[in-house]
Amino acid sequence: MSAVFEQIFQVGFLAAIIRIATPLAFATLGEMFSERAGVLNLGIEGIMLLSAMAGFTAASLSGSLWLGVLVAVLVGALMGALHALFTVALGLSQHVCGIGVTLFCSGLAYFLYRLIFGQQSVPPSIGGFKPVPIPLLADIPILGPAVFNQFTLVYLAIIAVPLAAFVLYRTPWGLSVRMVGENPRAADSAGVSVIATRFQAVILGGALMGLAGAFLTMAQFNAFTFGVVSGRGWVAIALVVFGRWDPWRSAGAALLFAFVDALQLRMQASGLGHIPYEAFLMLPFIFTIVAMAIMSRNAVAPSALLKPFRREER
Amino acid sequence: MFRLEARTSTPAWFNLALPLIAIAVTLVLCSGLIAVAGAGVVEAYGVMLSASLGDSYAITETLVRAAPMIFTGLAVAIAFRAKFWNIGAEGQLLAGAVASCFVGAIPMPGYLAMLLMALVGAAAGALVALVPATLRVKFKVDDVVSSLLLNSVIYYALMALIEGPWKDTFSGYPISPPIEDSANFPVLIEGTRLHLGVVVALIAAPLCWFLIARTTLGFRIRVTGENPEAARYGGINVQRVLISTALLSGALAGLAGVGEVGGVHFQVMSDISPGYGYSGIVVAMLARLNPLGVVPAAIFLAAVMTGAEAMSRATGVPAFLSDVIQGTALLAMLVALLFTAYRIRRVRASA
Repeated sequence: MSAVFEQIFQVGFLAAIIRIATPLAFATLGEMFSERAGVLNLGIEGIMLLSAMAGFTAASLSGSLWLGVLVAVLVGALMGALHALFTVALGLSQHVCGIGVTLFCSGLAYFLYRLIFGQQSVPPSIGGFKPVPIPLLADIPILGPAVFNQFTLVYLAIIAVPLAAFVLYRTPWGLSVRMVGENPRAADSAGVSVIATRFQAVILGGALMGLAGAFLTMAQFNAFTFGVVSGRGWVAIALVVFGRWDPWRSAGAALLFAFVDALQLRMQASGLGHIPYEAFLMLPFIFTIVAMAIMSRNAVAPSALLKPFRREER
Repeated sequence: MFRLEARTSTPAWFNLALPLIAIAVTLVLCSGLIAVAGAGVVEAYGVMLSASLGDSYAITETLVRAAPMIFTGLAVAIAFRAKFWNIGAEGQLLAGAVASCFVGAIPMPGYLAMLLMALVGAAAGALVALVPATLRVKFKVDDVVSSLLLNSVIYYALMALIEGPWKDTFSGYPISPPIEDSANFPVLIEGTRLHLGVVVALIAAPLCWFLIARTTLGFRIRVTGENPEAARYGGINVQRVLISTALLSGALAGLAGVGEVGGVHFQVMSDISPGYGYSGIVVAMLARLNPLGVVPAAIFLAAVMTGAEAMSRATGVPAFLSDVIQGTALLAMLVALLFTAYRIRRVRASA
């Protein structure tokens, strides 16, 4: 056990947690905005994959990583708009549409990738983002090199959490989002456009999922493989529930998951422990299912989640 | 002036017309991708059609591919009828595959092994589906998210097994040991892969239709889905109906896994299902949740999958086109379903 303890307080281990948590934090915040407005987005898994592919392709063809990030964000926002078109404008069932968007986006990502890069034995890679140390802060022992010698996208994720909380709880738009997710009828009476607000929230959510995808192919793996997302979208769905639809708690949940994942990777590499690594990968899903059973007593999910809004139905 | 108007009833021909319209729209949209890939649209779709349904061998291959999707399609169709949102057919399929593979590896007479594989596989799938149903009935937990998340749990459990204690010692790969030869489902036509499980799938569809349309349980499932308040008022125990639906749905999805182990792969590997559980949702929606419609819908998707591989070899268009077609078909069908709820009516501009 002391060996495990030693591992935890290593710079490399802390840095690994931060890096694993970053795409999850973006994806979780994205899903959270969407769900707070009353729209479950099961398209997340596919949206992350398509954005990861689009961003990688743009970066690899243009040589500009930031252009890649921009493309990934735009593709994510566009696919968010597609999901909103089906679920918000047309009022179709959110879970089936979400699965449809995931199937469509995954298929399109694989198709276009194969078309552009062909079949290669070694997947093409790019020189991804390099860590950018922050002066002074990077010199803090242990914490400095782990947290303040990271990719710019990591810093962006660290800023995104308080920013998301501020937007959601302290701005008029955030109030609208919460209103249309809790009581769209009342929001409508108060002059808030339910359709427009939900569209905006789902599109913002898609853009954040795009950032998550961009991080995977341009900072974490520097290549696109068919398993590059491998269930991270589903993890984000779980983390939003686990984080009780709150930016801070969701980000905390992402960190906790990243800690377990990093520990699992270490134990695999060092041969510590005899527990199969899959047991750790299962944990967030099992925790979330158990948490849902406990939490359902005091409903915290947005009341209007999964419910389409049609103005004429009174 | 045109106006959307709520519809009270839908004509019967809609059941056939809507999926056909959705599929036509899908094929037109996806022809854009074929053109982008630099191939002739007619040629590509032609190769797809002839390679999947053009000769008797191709048809058997398509049917073999359709069998698991018939089962998962039935699983989803029955669950959705009761508004039990089972997104977990994928995990239930995997559970059925693992359980039946365990049984199939035990030496015993072939017919007994096959029977037990089916029973145990169905039971395993049902058990997995019971989790989201129980959580919903007892704790009001949203079944969409819980059934979806369970897929990942089952997948990692399967991986832990085949990379750990259940790893095949002979091959050294992360695959399970094979089932006994005697437990392999008999091939019905020499020289093809058409196995007994395909016929079972084809028989299961009319049986499920009978169950839904003609039995008391089927009636309860339909009423629970259409109007739970009325069901309760009419003395139906809605919670019990939801549990029964989940068991039935999970068992059907489990059988999809049994067929893949007994008739196609004879062992369990990480990619034993290329998403047949999710395809089941596409199949069920195209079938408008009618068990009889599940068969042609599953055959359509299977034909697209087998056809896409041949098309890829002949024209260079990536075979992943079949995945795009699946997703597009589901979305197109959902939009087409709007016509069952609304109709477009011409209204005279009032003076």
